[in-house]
Amino acid sequence: MYTQAMDVAPAEERKPLRTAEDAQLEARFEARIDDGSFIEAKDWMPDHYRKTLVRQISQHAHSEIVGMLPEGNWLTRAPTLKRKTILLAKVQDEAGHGLYLYAAAETLGTSRDQMLHALHTGKAKYSSIFNYPTLSWADIGVIGWLVDGAAIMNQVPLTRCSYAPYARAMVRICREESFHQRQGFDSLLVMMRDGTEAQKAMVQDAVNRWWWPSLMMFGPPDAESPNSGQSARWGIKRVSNDTLRQKFVDACAEQAQVLGVALPDPLLKWNDERAHHDFGPIDWDEFRRVVGGHGPCNKERLATRVKAWDDGAWVREAALAHAAKQALREKAA
Amino acid sequence: MSADTGTTAEWPLWEVFVRPKAGLDHKHCGSLHAADAAMAIQLAREVYTRRQEGSSLWVVRSADITASDPGDKAMYFDPMEDKVYRHPSFYELPGSVDHM
Repeated sequence: MYTQAMDVAPAEERKPLRTAEDAQLEARFEARIDDGSFIEAKDWMPDHYRKTLVRQISQHAHSEIVGMLPEGNWLTRAPTLKRKTILLAKVQDEAGHGLYLYAAAETLGTSRDQMLHALHTGKAKYSSIFNYPTLSWADIGVIGWLVDGAAIMNQVPLTRCSYAPYARAMVRICREESFHQRQGFDSLLVMMRDGTEAQKAMVQDAVNRWWWPSLMMFGPPDAESPNSGQSARWGIKRVSNDTLRQKFVDACAEQAQVLGVALPDPLLKWNDERAHHDFGPIDWDEFRRVVGGHGPCNKERLATRVKAWDDGAWVREAALAHAAKQALREKAA
Repeated sequence: MSADTGTTAEWPLWEVFVRPKAGLDHKHCGSLHAADAAMAIQLAREVYTRRQEGSSLWVVRSADITASDPGDKAMYFDPMEDKVYRHPSFYELPGSVDHM
């Protein structure tokens, strides 16, 4: 999974350089970036770079965690034991991805509690895609195919991100994410090949609902992403939103034919001259509504997440109390 | 919990080392929060070895690790740069004995 809110910290958070030493450190940092070197946790880095990364990595982590909710909804209703074990493994992976990413963000000096607090109070964003409902079993397959497919497109360039702990987490995530996309496509393929007319219609309905939100996962058009320049400069974002979106559309157009489903865009058409598919305009008003908290499930997702955290408080406290008691006993013995 | 920052008593941070298979070294692979060592091992299994990536795990409290200072990197490691005579390839031997 992935967060499209790859935004750089606002410019006002940028502090003017104060000393000659700072300027020298910054010059050395920039030279390392130009050189293609990795930056490690304890290396000197500009404040603005640190803040941008904390923001991006934590939002990415939140997306993995909230991303478990739409799918968790179907764990008890998976049609077969095979599909249920697959879905369980996938949802467990998403939890793992969230943990790798929280750990990477923590190396920058923020704490797990601070990040969770930001999520639970609505201050931190997560990917808008998870604010859409999963209405049928076919939604689970389509999430694997389209949502995880879009996520992989976005995430592969991040394995070369300049911040090494983030890049390392992304390597592990990308390795696991491929299973997510393939199991989704496989599940849809079975329904389209062997299913009843009603099941095929269910798949098409799910594709119709998820296609456009999936395209929005790549974030606003390049012309409206004023911060992308700085992120590209720092090697945090290596490929532009529109380039990735085009690549995704091209890949999906072919895959949809294999599945035998139609993508819900009358303007989708191969363009010989561009050697890409043309596609219709994206409803960016919808995107802004959902990011702004007014999607179909924003309130429900956050409330579920907060309830899980609050309900687990006694477990976290009991584990700490148990550990303290064990440590005391060991000392006494 | 303090209302403004959300800070609670966090479980301490542990570093996780995985031995991929017998015969290889344990390698650092990430970190996690756990209340105690037993829990850290159990969580490390769930978080870092879901696909048989390991045959053995080490965990150590992050706070217990002493590391070299990144600021001293040049002073510490660069002096080795000009000691080429420490490498076998420094010595050019006649062809007949060069497999040595």
